[in-house]
Amino acid sequence: MGLDVRLVADQSAIQAEAARPEAGGLHIVGRALLGNRKALAGVIILGIFLVLAIIPGMLAPYDPHAQIFAQTLGPSREHLLGTTGNGQDIFSQLIWGTRESLAIAIIAGLLATGISLLIGVSSAYLGGLSDHVLSLVTDVFLVIPTLPLMIVLAAYARNGGLAVLISVIVVTGWSYGARQLRSQALSLRNREFLDAARVRGERSGYVIVFEILPTMTSLIVANFLGVALYAVLAAAGLQFIGLGNPSDMSWGTMLFWAQNNGALNAGSPLWAIVPGLCIGLLGAAFALLNYAFDEITNPALRPVRRRR
Amino acid sequence: MISVKPLLEVEDLTVEYATDAGPVRAVDHVSLDLTPGEFVGIVGESGCGKSTLLFAIARLLSPSCDVVGGSVRLHGRDLLGMDEEALREIRWRDYSVVMQSAMNALNPVLTVGAQLEDTIAAHESMPARSAQERSASLLRLVGIDPLHLKSYPHQLSGGMRQRAMIAMALIFTPDLVIMDEPTSALDVVAQRSLMLEIKELQRQIGFAALFVTHDMSLVSHFSDRLAVMYAGQIVELGDTRELFRDPKHPYTSALMASFPSITGPKEVLQGIPGSPPDLLHPPAGCRFHPRCPLVEPRFRIEEPPLTTVGNTLVRCHRYGRDH
Amino acid sequence: MRYLVRRLEFFVVTLWAALTLNFILPRLLPGGPEVALLTRFHGRIQPATIKSLEVALGIRNDQNAIQQYLSYMGNMLRGDFGVSLGFYPQRVSHVIMLALPWTLGLVGTATLIAFLLGTLIGILGAWRRGGILDSVLPPIFVVTSAFPYFWIGLICILVFAITLGWFPQAFGNSSEVTSELSWTFISDVLWHSILPAFTIVLTSIGGWILTMRNNMITTLAEDYIKMARAKGLSPTRIMFQYAARNAILPNLVGFAMSLGFVISGALLVEIVFNYPGLGTFLLQAVKNEDFSLMQTLFLLITVAVLLAVMVADFLTAWLDPRTRERG
Repeated sequence: MGLDVRLVADQSAIQAEAARPEAGGLHIVGRALLGNRKALAGVIILGIFLVLAIIPGMLAPYDPHAQIFAQTLGPSREHLLGTTGNGQDIFSQLIWGTRESLAIAIIAGLLATGISLLIGVSSAYLGGLSDHVLSLVTDVFLVIPTLPLMIVLAAYARNGGLAVLISVIVVTGWSYGARQLRSQALSLRNREFLDAARVRGERSGYVIVFEILPTMTSLIVANFLGVALYAVLAAAGLQFIGLGNPSDMSWGTMLFWAQNNGALNAGSPLWAIVPGLCIGLLGAAFALLNYAFDEITNPALRPVRRRR
Repeated sequence: MISVKPLLEVEDLTVEYATDAGPVRAVDHVSLDLTPGEFVGIVGESGCGKSTLLFAIARLLSPSCDVVGGSVRLHGRDLLGMDEEALREIRWRDYSVVMQSAMNALNPVLTVGAQLEDTIAAHESMPARSAQERSASLLRLVGIDPLHLKSYPHQLSGGMRQRAMIAMALIFTPDLVIMDEPTSALDVVAQRSLMLEIKELQRQIGFAALFVTHDMSLVSHFSDRLAVMYAGQIVELGDTRELFRDPKHPYTSALMASFPSITGPKEVLQGIPGSPPDLLHPPAGCRFHPRCPLVEPRFRIEEPPLTTVGNTLVRCHRYGRDH
Repeated sequence: MRYLVRRLEFFVVTLWAALTLNFILPRLLPGGPEVALLTRFHGRIQPATIKSLEVALGIRNDQNAIQQYLSYMGNMLRGDFGVSLGFYPQRVSHVIMLALPWTLGLVGTATLIAFLLGTLIGILGAWRRGGILDSVLPPIFVVTSAFPYFWIGLICILVFAITLGWFPQAFGNSSEVTSELSWTFISDVLWHSILPAFTIVLTSIGGWILTMRNNMITTLAEDYIKMARAKGLSPTRIMFQYAARNAILPNLVGFAMSLGFVISGALLVEIVFNYPGLGTFLLQAVKNEDFSLMQTLFLLITVAVLLAVMVADFLTAWLDPRTRERG
């Protein structure tokens, strides 16, 4: 949960100082990727999926839509993961499905983070009544159950395609980050370097973009990772119950078709297993990066090292 | 001087923190004795390792931090070698701890009474009623209305909280009370009156006190002996009056000049130039040399030993054998 | 007092927002709600049904938007949610009452178990830094929490129901057992609930472990923990009365706030198991384009989360003297 990290007692503070020569900024991002095993695992998984998403045509052996093979074949040299109940090659579907799932995660992650930033930071920066109203709106969105709302939204805008799916995820996914970013911006609001900028006569917009945002880089990145994870899961859930476009090729729609064809009982369990596994791996990549980030920005959470 | 069997013997105590950049030696070969009933002050700037020294003696170090050498004996018993179970037996009975800020040191969700009573219950089995009476009389001892047994820490004033914590430390009238800047959370007037109260309690009960502070003038009238710490080491240790009359280490003089003296004539206060050393990379030679006004080239290379000068111990080249 | 007013404002505004969303959404459809509904349901239902749907959605031709809004709000507050299209001519409230006990029993119990167990593991993990609970479990749960709830359900079915045959694959009870208050029936229901409950616990417990562990680690660095150790208190007292009791405070409201998310995932698990609860009905509603049922479910879950937040507020105030005074 987004709780203020209280300063640890004197002893750990020394440790934190030594461990963190430069707090904030892109240094942390860089360190996160290289120095931490969990982060490294996340980066590798993400990299592999990125390649699959960019050049699926070079890697997938068959047309993912073509229903040209025998149904529910087991894994073989021709069909690494077997075929679906409709006679399609599961391995090809899996590779082609990467693109949409990854696109949803990244686009929705970016958009929601943008909204979180806009609302969270202006809420903290403006203060007073604006802060009160914006915080209230944030809390309302935070507490409203997302899946039923997503379902209602998606059901009304049925067949609106990928755009609708992404908007639904963004609308329901920005609030958590906004709250976290607000509390961090709030703690920055009265820092000296901001006063200095104000004294120089800089406008609010300038102060927010050039003075506040850079110090919040690590939280912004963490927030993006969190929303991306949420987007992967939400998209999968919506597509699974048939609210995506069933003719799109994505992991969620694969699960939809697998479930509707009773894949588990009909002898093609891989049809249901592998897309979920990929969703989980992609989600885990984001989650691991996020977790590593937590550890890097809050040294107290790191695995303990003992002297002896 | 009549030799009294010491209550607390600290010998060559060395404490290190594990950090990403490598071990940091916060306490470096510190030796210190306390006789029963004695009041010893430990002074130094923040980060000099004085609090770490206290917590190492009290066996309260954080997991990232460990004693790497030396020994601590209380009543002749080795504290560092004891397992947690055995230690729990003597904690608070033989020695107790008073911390810097009672606001942080008292559990915010339990009443003052509950926190006194759970301590009693941890060491003695007595009916709840007598535990309550005992707690009430402890509060009275430090001048707090026993009504406040039912108060939560945040409902008390700063001074009351500190006194409540001191009352807590005296539950079992221990032989040693370890105090980590117990007055620094208060304003100057309240500090002074709390110091007087501590001294009076010490006179009544007779505990020995190990008292850490960054404010030298605060302990000038209360401590029997004073240890000055710099960069993890003791640089001067001796009788308080002697030390104030004739400070031998340049750092001691600098510390004295940086705090107003209550009794002395008005003087211009001087900060100590420079900043405390980075303990990850302590300076070679005398650790104070980068800030020392009396530095000589040799001091930058050779580390000075702790030398006896009269009744005082000093770590300074100017008192070395060849000087 | 100010605190109380703020909380009240939050509850009212959230409820109002959910209700208003339900009112506005159908009106955003191209051509307005009537046209959209008529074209969508043309020939599938009788005009009378359209009428009752219009009541549920607050659509009345003889009223302007504000009048429609007011009468819609009146209906909602009276608990009149109209008629379900998918289960015509049943009232929405009737349909929901069929499913609610199942969901409360399964999702409610499983979520609570996950929270309590996860919190306990988090406490123990942080207490013994470097132990198994601390070093092995958190990374594992970081990974498992990234998998869709419903997919974990599918895997559980594949392994424990289809392959091993230990548990039933679907439904809330066996068709051959009559629904009555007998031991046979109850044990049959319990038997059917184990696998879905296990799935929900498995997927939601990770979040609670991690948040509680992280809060504990922060709390364990506090001075009052050091003080408690110095006092020679027993480890269990320090762990629970000093550390956990403080560490859990921010978690209680957090638990309630994220309940919406957890329930959402659990509803998908119900779907996978064909469990006769709200989730399965929600899926039905999606398939039938049963908007009145869908919207009421959305409302219902919102209210449930709000109630949980309220309970968490009270609990926090009960455990924390400082908020008690702010209230």
